[in-house]
Amino acid sequence: MHRNPSRPLSPHLTIWRWGPHMLVSILHRITGSGLAVFGSAILVWWLAAAASGAEAYATFTGFIGWLTGAGAADNAGAADWLLYALGVAIGVGLVWAFFQHLLSGLRHFVLDAGAGYELRTNRFWAIATIVGALLLTAAAWGWIVFGRGA
Amino acid sequence: MSGRMETPLKRVRGLGAARSGAHHWWLERLTSVSTLILFGWFIVSLVRLPALDRGTVVEWLASPLAGVPMALLVISTFWHLKLGLAVVVEDYVHDGARLFWLTLINFLSLLGAGIALFAILKIAIAGSAA
Repeated sequence: MHRNPSRPLSPHLTIWRWGPHMLVSILHRITGSGLAVFGSAILVWWLAAAASGAEAYATFTGFIGWLTGAGAADNAGAADWLLYALGVAIGVGLVWAFFQHLLSGLRHFVLDAGAGYELRTNRFWAIATIVGALLLTAAAWGWIVFGRGA
Repeated sequence: MSGRMETPLKRVRGLGAARSGAHHWWLERLTSVSTLILFGWFIVSLVRLPALDRGTVVEWLASPLAGVPMALLVISTFWHLKLGLAVVVEDYVHDGARLFWLTLINFLSLLGAGIALFAILKIAIAGSAA
């Protein structure tokens, strides 16, 4: 806003050696923002479609089908496959964002309590949230594709 | 005001605290806990439903045991995302556009929560006939 140029700035992101804690921090913001915009829109759409009627609900389930790759085998054109791949990428991305934000949020509770700042502990749990989110995303998608048969 | 004849804005411009800094931080944590609990309930409920077609979903949501937690989930989630997006804007947008984005976040989060709550109410009142 009205920054006094003669006052010193803290050396910002560029000067520090990158570590997993920095990656988790920025991922928490990116996934949080993504969920806030797209995740909440899908939630509202689902509720509004359920309240509106069969036609609106069918449009919504069609969209979810796009995100889960349902019906991808029906069409053969390259452009179609690109569209299906995009849908699945968004679907996988949203589920991953959910788990990443969930786990890094849980990590924040511990940090807020003043614990977990020991360098090795901090590094371990930062990596754990990334690995954990990937594993949970894979498990959730395995269940969606093979378990439920959706 | 602790007896001082100045507004919080005046104090902030004098580089003092507006005395509300921790409140935003605390609400963000509080709503994260409630959102976490409610999403746990939500996901378990969806998995336990026999199907996710409209009839099943509407019948489930029409019950107060589902409608009330779902309304709380909407309030908790939208409150949490409004606070979170505001922090992101406050950290990265520094010029006049900041006011625009913060206002937009306020309006759109209220709009989204309003639509969702209306939908839940409509299902609760009209039931399966909705």
